[in-house]
Amino acid sequence: MDFVAGILVSLVIAATPLIFAAIGELVVERAGVLNLGVEGMMIIGAIAGFAGMVDSGSAVVGVVAAMAAGATLALLFGLVTQVLLANQVVTGLALTLFGLGVSALFGQRYTTYSLDRFPRIDIPYLSEIPLIGPVIFAQDALVYLSLFLVAAIWWALKFTRLGLVLRAVGENHDAAHALGYPVIWIRLGVIAFGGACAGVGGAYLSLVQTPIWVESMTAGRGWIALAIVVFAAWRPWRTLLGAYLFGGFTILQLHGQAFGVSIPSQYLSMIPYAVTIIVLVVISSESGGSRLSAPNCLGRNFQKPK
Amino acid sequence: MTVFLELNGITKSFPGVLANDDISFTVKRGEIHALLGENGAGKSTLVKMIYGMMQPDAGTIQLHGAPYAPASPAAARMAGIGMVFQHFSLFEALTVAENIALGIPGTGAGTDLGDRIRSVSSTYKLPLNPDGLVGDLSVGERQRVEIVRCLMQSPSLLIMDEPTSVLTPQEADLLFATLRKLSEEGIAILYISHRLSEIQQLCDAATVLRAGKVVADCDPRKETARSLAEMMIGETLAEPEAVDTEVGETIFEVRDLSRPAQGAFGIALDRIGFDVKAGEILGIGGMAGNGQSELMEALIGETLSPSESMLLQGRAVGHLGPSDRRRAGMAFAPEERLGHAVSPTMSLADNTLVSARHTRNLTWHGVLRPHDASLFARRVIASFDVRTTSDAQIAQQLSGGNLQKFVVGREILQEPRVLIVEQPTWGVDAAAAAAVHRALVDLAQQGAAVVVISQDLDELVRLSNRIAVLSDGRLSRARPTSEVSVEEIGLMMGGEDTSHHHGAANA
Amino acid sequence: MLRLVPRQTGSTWMLWSAPVLAVILTVMAGGLMFLSLDVDPVAALGHILLDPFSTTYARAELLVKSAPLALIGLGLSLGFRAGVWNIGAEGQFTLGALGGGVVALAFWNVEGAWLFPLICLGGIASGMAWAAIPAYLKVRHNTNEILVSLMLTYIAVLLISALVSGPLRDPEGYNFPESRMFHASAVAPILIEGTRAHIGIALAPLIAVILWGVLMRHEIGYGVRLFGDAPKAARFAGFTEKGTVWFCLLLSGGLAGLAGALEATGPLGQLVPDLPAGYGFTAIIVAFLGRLTPLGVLVGAFALGVTYIGGESAQVAMSLPAAVVGVFQGMLLFFLLSIDVLVTNRVQWVVPAAAKIKAGP
Repeated sequence: MDFVAGILVSLVIAATPLIFAAIGELVVERAGVLNLGVEGMMIIGAIAGFAGMVDSGSAVVGVVAAMAAGATLALLFGLVTQVLLANQVVTGLALTLFGLGVSALFGQRYTTYSLDRFPRIDIPYLSEIPLIGPVIFAQDALVYLSLFLVAAIWWALKFTRLGLVLRAVGENHDAAHALGYPVIWIRLGVIAFGGACAGVGGAYLSLVQTPIWVESMTAGRGWIALAIVVFAAWRPWRTLLGAYLFGGFTILQLHGQAFGVSIPSQYLSMIPYAVTIIVLVVISSESGGSRLSAPNCLGRNFQKPK
Repeated sequence: MTVFLELNGITKSFPGVLANDDISFTVKRGEIHALLGENGAGKSTLVKMIYGMMQPDAGTIQLHGAPYAPASPAAARMAGIGMVFQHFSLFEALTVAENIALGIPGTGAGTDLGDRIRSVSSTYKLPLNPDGLVGDLSVGERQRVEIVRCLMQSPSLLIMDEPTSVLTPQEADLLFATLRKLSEEGIAILYISHRLSEIQQLCDAATVLRAGKVVADCDPRKETARSLAEMMIGETLAEPEAVDTEVGETIFEVRDLSRPAQGAFGIALDRIGFDVKAGEILGIGGMAGNGQSELMEALIGETLSPSESMLLQGRAVGHLGPSDRRRAGMAFAPEERLGHAVSPTMSLADNTLVSARHTRNLTWHGVLRPHDASLFARRVIASFDVRTTSDAQIAQQLSGGNLQKFVVGREILQEPRVLIVEQPTWGVDAAAAAAVHRALVDLAQQGAAVVVISQDLDELVRLSNRIAVLSDGRLSRARPTSEVSVEEIGLMMGGEDTSHHHGAANA
Repeated sequence: MLRLVPRQTGSTWMLWSAPVLAVILTVMAGGLMFLSLDVDPVAALGHILLDPFSTTYARAELLVKSAPLALIGLGLSLGFRAGVWNIGAEGQFTLGALGGGVVALAFWNVEGAWLFPLICLGGIASGMAWAAIPAYLKVRHNTNEILVSLMLTYIAVLLISALVSGPLRDPEGYNFPESRMFHASAVAPILIEGTRAHIGIALAPLIAVILWGVLMRHEIGYGVRLFGDAPKAARFAGFTEKGTVWFCLLLSGGLAGLAGALEATGPLGQLVPDLPAGYGFTAIIVAFLGRLTPLGVLVGAFALGVTYIGGESAQVAMSLPAAVVGVFQGMLLFFLLSIDVLVTNRVQWVVPAAAKIKAGP
């Protein structure tokens, strides 16, 4: 029983960074911007969060530092693509390379530290329910935040004016501009938001999952987050499904031995990536399907008409 | 009626062109005022300044006697000016209510808005379902969304930019009824158009622009179409006449061509069939968005069809791609020049390779022959009077008219058996348009079969031996132009089968 | 205030000075970065920019480093031009090394001049096979090639690690996760005595010239250029997306695979788990630095080779972390992308509308 609970808790911990990164990127893509630099923003958040917590002793400072770092790097991407009109695909890549390099550079000082256990919030009574209690009601604040964030974004996109404007910008930026909306500013805003979310996702890795700092510790999760957004067909609730699915495969690979699996670990590690490919194929070949729901202006830069 | 809007000495220039030169006129309250002029006369520029999208270099505007200088469209809207553009600002994946909410600051798309939309739309007979997706609406319905969006902000002046260019004659009549009702309520309408008969039908007053200046202020109901046209154009142009050529055997035939709709907002082609004979020009008319692009794609071979659905002199070609069709003797000139017919950033010489590299031997086993391409380009330039510095000039530097002459010339000099052109004179100056028409007629006279797909009824009537109409992906039977009235074509565009009408009339 | 105004025609001057400007800005920003890390910027930059040219061996190493970057970059540049985004060159490089390496190991006790070309073919074939996956999925299912090729890279890296620790492990190697050393016939021929400069440094310029010919003088290259400039015109001209996707992905996969095989049989001399050294990603920068033209890619590869060799030198001489190279490269790309806007747009000083009060009657 405890073993199963343990696995489920691991699942939550594996999925949470993916949720943050994916939901942030989802909002960005709904507004029409494709930011492939998620990996870079996550790793920058990881080192900023780690450094913040080590230097100040406070988890809150760490998380805030991660958000700020992610947002800053994202705004660099925003500046280059929205104002200077560079290609979004290549710039996102540059962001990743740059983020990985800068984080390794600044992380040098921190490789010898390790952190205390991240504060956990145990909800009274509910957390004592056997099996699901510890899994659902005794997690750290960031887990609850991730779920709240998904709900909040779903609600905002569907019911608020801001959400409507965002969707409009992603659907037809020329029309949005003609109606007087500041397309570039709106996109810069969501880009920063996405960066902050990815930063928190990265910080979750260095603060909670394995509370030490290792170069490139995101290990490609940023790319999986991108795949999750597509998998979710740009709908907020489905990112939860995607994140837990992918988190699940990571767990399988970690605990494969315990289940009596004797394949070398590298092959098990391949599974999430292979699954992503399969999911991508399934989604993109559905006639209509999610192609219908891809924001129309995704990846296209907005240029003011003469 | 009191003076509502007054323009005095409005001037605006851009690098190289004086778009508006000392323009003055007035619009009275509740008046339907036409702004008349050809493409490039300065109508759009003027109206953009009234709507706050640009500021004039000189001159003043008065609204109700007070100075009016909006810094943005939002300011114009607040002052009571609404505008319905020729190209709509709509979001296809969002609902009607959401689209309207986006146009009105500070509103959410709740049920409240839905009710208000329903009430406005019933008052003005512009039926709309607030919860439907805009992408599912026809062009005429989408225009209604734009109009309702304006009306909900209680404007006192409504500017309409070429509103009927995308409507069937029947939809246009509905629009006129709505506009008259608005005018009765005291809302002034500034109606931009170059369609003389409409203006005579609808408007109380007209200001005629030509080359940026006001050339006349008049009451269109007291003028004739001819006098209005002369004011607009300022000269008479020789029109080529469709000579009665000997029409030969069928060269190209389309049979039962169907294609499901591509993408969420595409049009399905439904059993399209027609034939073209040697020496004949077949005109295919229809309003924008009724399947012309889809048909053109299929005819070019950018999308493939069942082999037997297209026959070139009896040979099945439906399954062939564009290059093979060209080798078989077909040539094409699509609607969009820059980006489709030619590459904007390549030279004219390089652009000949787009369609002529196989038919004119501009490659040898795949290796390009740039010198031969250059020679061919020069031939096109010389034969079709393309004003350009050389064949090395980049395509996007040419004017619309010259580029179109190059495109059409490039195809004609390949000596095709069949030439299919789409919107051959759209956005082209009058002289170039005449040249293109002449070239098409000459080609037909030499025995080729020509198909002209166009939204310009006048052009089709002038050029074609036979006419068919494309409506909602369906093609009517082709009938000799001399036997069909413009009225009937209009009805066919709306999807009605005029043979029924004939039958009913005789019953 | 400043405004960007589209140019009538692209500025050729800007097109070629942009990379130079980007390099200069990167050097400056790099200097600042060193300062912030309490490192002597002049000394550090000196190591990075000058050391690669200081000795014959260093210069040879520069060529050795530039060769794979050039080969991969050449393939990528064609694809990027046509809008085919192969981001998985690193994976194709790795598979190429595996493919070539497997051939080498299969004939580990056989000598012959035919072996090396066969190894190269093996590398090319495996690189192409790995690139064929995103190509097929894109053509058949319209799946985004960026994510697919990227996921395959991760799989490739894991694969080489698994194989080198398992079936390909050197039986006489004390259980280290590495393959046998390649024998004389399987090693890339050295062109400069006393250095590691192998045949790859000659292949790169040769292939660059061939690709230039294809791009500018052959119908296939014309199609690639058209897809880059005006996709609708390309389709109108009879070129298909499917054909272009296959061509570009197989070409870049094959070249990346060749680079991998050369790397394995050249500088490395064996298969090891960390064979994937990021060249596939760096080559993307190389392609853009080289303005997506074959000859430009050669220059770009050279420039980035300098950052690698110089970076290593600075690492050793001044105890700087390896990551400094990655930061330099990321910055270079960023600056280049930022400056690129000036190729198609002009900066204009625009007087705000409010200031233009017209005097009127």
